[in-house]
Amino acid sequence: MNLHEYQSKALFAEYGVPVPEGRVAQSPNEAARAASLLGGGLWVVKAQVHAGGRGKAGGVKLAKSVAEVEAHAKGMLGTRLVTHQSGAEGLPVDHVYVEAGSDIARELYLSLLVDRGAEQIAIMASAAGGVDIEEVAAKTPEKIFTVHVHPAAGLQDFQCRRLGFGLGLDKPEQAELARILRALVRLMHECDAGLVEINPLIVTGDGRVVALDAKINIEENALYRQQRLAGMRDAAQEDERERRAREHDLNYVSLDGNIACMVNGAGLAMATMDLIQLHGGEPANFLDVGGGATAERVEEAFNIILTNANVKAILVNIFGGIVRCDLIAEGVVAAVRKADVRVPVVVRLEGTNVGQGKQLLAESGLKIIAADGLTDAASKAVELAGGGS
Amino acid sequence: MSILVDASTRIICQGLTGRQGSFHTEQCLAYGTKVVAGVTPGRGGSEHLGLPVYNTVREAKDETGATVSMIYVPAPFAADAVLEAADAGLELVVCITEGVPVLDMVRVKAVLRDLDCRLIGPNCPGIITPGQCKIGIMPGAIHEPGRIGIVSRSGTLTYEAVSQTTLRGLGQSTCVGIGGDPVRGMSFIDCLELFEADPDTDGMIMVGEIGGADEEAAAEYIAAHVTKPVVGYIAGVTAPPGKRMGHAGAIVAGGKGTAEEKFRALDRAGVATVRSLADLGEAIAQALR
Repeated sequence: MNLHEYQSKALFAEYGVPVPEGRVAQSPNEAARAASLLGGGLWVVKAQVHAGGRGKAGGVKLAKSVAEVEAHAKGMLGTRLVTHQSGAEGLPVDHVYVEAGSDIARELYLSLLVDRGAEQIAIMASAAGGVDIEEVAAKTPEKIFTVHVHPAAGLQDFQCRRLGFGLGLDKPEQAELARILRALVRLMHECDAGLVEINPLIVTGDGRVVALDAKINIEENALYRQQRLAGMRDAAQEDERERRAREHDLNYVSLDGNIACMVNGAGLAMATMDLIQLHGGEPANFLDVGGGATAERVEEAFNIILTNANVKAILVNIFGGIVRCDLIAEGVVAAVRKADVRVPVVVRLEGTNVGQGKQLLAESGLKIIAADGLTDAASKAVELAGGGS
Repeated sequence: MSILVDASTRIICQGLTGRQGSFHTEQCLAYGTKVVAGVTPGRGGSEHLGLPVYNTVREAKDETGATVSMIYVPAPFAADAVLEAADAGLELVVCITEGVPVLDMVRVKAVLRDLDCRLIGPNCPGIITPGQCKIGIMPGAIHEPGRIGIVSRSGTLTYEAVSQTTLRGLGQSTCVGIGGDPVRGMSFIDCLELFEADPDTDGMIMVGEIGGADEEAAAEYIAAHVTKPVVGYIAGVTAPPGKRMGHAGAIVAGGKGTAEEKFRALDRAGVATVRSLADLGEAIAQALR
């Protein structure tokens, strides 16, 4: 679950990580008032969306008067911001963050994440801040310094020094960095963060180290013990179908093709998408109905799939293990009938009671095509969808 | 022969009295698995499914001589359950539980490094040696004793590999579902090493997916150490970057962990890769010829 910049910065402030003074606003009026309250003569107005690349997309603007702050806020609020990370439709700007302008001497990069290979928290820092870090990693990996935090021993002084010297900081700045690093490691643990990214972390003209941007991702699996943070979820930033699926314990990801899939198991769901592509089609979604695919869940899955007007065919791929195929077939028949499915539905069933399952599908009188195996299922679905998108 | 578990393996179930624990332990018992006890704190001294229930893993192990635990406790308590089993001196812990916070697993793995205990999972179907011992939630009936070792990050994809090898009359020596989480117990390499050393395994199928670099590491290991034929498949060629595909670990992050990279690594290592899931059975049959 992603937090907005303004939410992340509030958390930073709680943990003692320096951030510029700022206020969130939901209307141009509020933005103007925020600027007046912040005072000074330079402000930054920042669109709050769950995507990087806001600057280049016009979502971060400097203002030299309160009127200018108001005008920028008016230009952003209520629109959708399209960045290179947001997808073509962009993300809605419901909040702007108005921040006091900073005197930037240097821009650095800092992030903490769970390194799955090392099975520890990794801290990555680079003197090349403010730019796309993936590009730095690809072109000049020697400019990125990494240390790992031992789960028992914690972050060590020498590790802070290694990063500090790597970033070319002087002694007081290094002390400031060490304090920030300790605070962020504590935040990672206490908030179950999967990622904390600051790009840029700046050194100001007077030698302070400040987080100018903030991105925090809270791990979904840990939300049960992060109630306060779970309450910060901004559903408007999420794909409508993905959100609805999550509410029904389904795993859905929107894609651009026209063949919808409904599958039990995440691995099989990915493999089904790949099979569709291998046979010349394009998958419209990833959808895992889970191990215990009940009739209700299958029906809700159909409802979600059918909200996508691009869908020309549906491929249901179920490996009935402990769940019997005849029960799944009953669920599919009931759901197709109830949800008024108008596009062809290809069903591949395998596992326990597969014969009875296929018979139920055949006798339903509905537009359900029973497939013999994976290859047959994929090629039939592609054919019925008109040979792909 | 087989790897890790066989007909003589004695197993306890942590979370036996819960809904999941009860249902799946019954299935395991029906398969002939030697589940000998359960552990539910506060239920010690009672009986469930005809099995004695203990308050602690240590007691259960001392009383029954079990060497393996299978865990069905809810996610908030899973890390503690794994550590209790490891602390009691069990040799193998199979954690089926889905949804364990990743930082819990970071702590668990830090402790396990110093102990002589293997962990399978979490978020996995478990391990089965067909005809002898089923520890987990996989459907027993699709398996057939045989000579193919299967290791996979995905439950349902393990079943596909199993089903295809059963239909071709090859059967399976042992199947291990190592789980879909980013930080987990046994890796592909751990399993491939055991299959390579197992005289009754003739070939292996490894089923990977997007995210992380375990498949790439396995490819290097195979090139250097594995003499038996290996068939490889990776799910998620069509997965968009930055999106989590169901499994917590199935995500292409920062351009890393793509299916194409993994396929290339396996191809370079001499693994017989298949682009269609439907071809696993045929590929291993050919590789054995």
